[in-house]
Amino acid sequence: MSKRKWQQLKETIIKYFFGINGVISILVLLGIFLFLTKTGLQSFEKISLSQFFLEKEWNPTSYNNPQWGILAMLTGTIYIALGSLVIAVPIGIATSIYLSEIASPIMRELLKPAIEMIAAVPSVVLGLFGLIFLVPIISTFFRISSGLNALSASILVAIMVLPTIISISEDIIREVPQEYKEASLALGATRWETIQKVILPVSASGIFASIMLGLGRAIGETMLVLIIAGNAQAFPKSFLDPVRPITANIAIEIKEVVTGDLHYQALFATGLLLFMITFTINLVSDIIIHKQLKNLNHEK
Amino acid sequence: MPKKIIKTENLNLWFANKKILKEINLEIVENKITAIIGPSGCGKSTFVRTLNRMNDLIPSCRITGNVHYKGKNIFSPETDVTNLRQNIGQVFQKPNPFPKSIFDNIAFGPRLYGEKNKDKLKNIVEESLEKVGLWKEVKNDLAKNALSLSGGQQQRLCLARTLATKPKVILMDEPCSALDPLSTAKIEDLMQNLKDITIVIVTHNMQQATRVSHFTGFFLMGKLIEFGETKDIFTKPQNKKTEDYISGKFG
Repeated sequence: MSKRKWQQLKETIIKYFFGINGVISILVLLGIFLFLTKTGLQSFEKISLSQFFLEKEWNPTSYNNPQWGILAMLTGTIYIALGSLVIAVPIGIATSIYLSEIASPIMRELLKPAIEMIAAVPSVVLGLFGLIFLVPIISTFFRISSGLNALSASILVAIMVLPTIISISEDIIREVPQEYKEASLALGATRWETIQKVILPVSASGIFASIMLGLGRAIGETMLVLIIAGNAQAFPKSFLDPVRPITANIAIEIKEVVTGDLHYQALFATGLLLFMITFTINLVSDIIIHKQLKNLNHEK
Repeated sequence: MPKKIIKTENLNLWFANKKILKEINLEIVENKITAIIGPSGCGKSTFVRTLNRMNDLIPSCRITGNVHYKGKNIFSPETDVTNLRQNIGQVFQKPNPFPKSIFDNIAFGPRLYGEKNKDKLKNIVEESLEKVGLWKEVKNDLAKNALSLSGGQQQRLCLARTLATKPKVILMDEPCSALDPLSTAKIEDLMQNLKDITIVIVTHNMQQATRVSHFTGFFLMGKLIEFGETKDIFTKPQNKKTEDYISGKFG
């Protein structure tokens, strides 16, 4: 084979190799979705949608009267998702403003990798850490018998979503053109007024998207909540009650079910619900972030 | 003697180890237009940005010497920088309106200083846009995003935004270099009409300097080579380098 022909062949092989890799990830995503949908939707032949979404009781293993309501678990998921955002959003936005606008270059170089390292801590390790240090503090502080509840889980999940919020918000804020800052300062604004009246409004939709991505992570988090949230199936009345989010429930029960029976299908239905929620959140925030970056680059 | 509003004394400026301005002694006459000319990289923009302390933003910047505004040293610790920048406004090379409505752009400065009254803000917005000849063009579109205006309109909007803070001095850093000739002519007319405001304009367009300014300073390699009335600088320059520059031997 001539050298030139060999090179052409090599080019072709490489082209297809990368092409196939790209296609595989789409196929995997599609496969997950189809499998979840097929198995999950089968459960609705026997369980009504209103029972599934509106009843609080989840008791699939009852001999006489199995219950299929996910409302209590869904509430647990929502408690932890919103609770963690209430903690993570102010800290995350403040940190990203500090990193992008206030910190000295040296401070930034030190802090940014440190924050991104939080994302590298396995959630099971963070869970153990929480179990040993945070849970006792919570139970002592609120004088309750156990600190395994929605509040403790929210605090730890907040730590998990912080890197997402901070690093995306910071990227967006740094993309705000220097000209805007100069214009504001030259009009007599202080640095804080410039941040508040120019930088934040300009980057608002990107920051919002970073919060959405954080929300997606919080909803999908499993290991942490399994260790910390308490796992009780009762409907939670406050943040100090133990909760069993949907993710934890799947992890707990999937080992005990018979493949293919109604319980198995119902667990896949809850998985499908989670998947659709996080998929939508990720998709929407991705679109917002790209639009924002395009606008900012366009204005430069 | 005409009144001097800004005075620099032995002004030196470094970015890191690079000396940008060397021993600048210059006096700006109140309510007149002073042009700063010189080839690219001679320090004229840096000089102008020193007057409202915009170089504070650059961490490696170091300054010796004095700049007096109305007799007070702007580098002294008592100086309120935000107040200084309110009095010494700036219009930048590239139009830089905020991505907000036209109204909010103009009202930005007054709101900073605590003006909340809607009617007063409306008056300020109308008055400022009127001064730059934009009022008729945009009075029905005040809620529109300022970025939807043309480049020339944007630059006049930026001038109006600065005027809304009632500055005594306006620094203009090549305000027309991104504009077409018609928009340039409009900005130049406006400058002539702002009779109670001192203007310092950086330009490398010598025709512009002769058209608009009363005084001209020629900068070269960070030094002020020659300063005087514009007509003298352009008709009988004292320095050989000035003569070479204005006759186009280098640039």
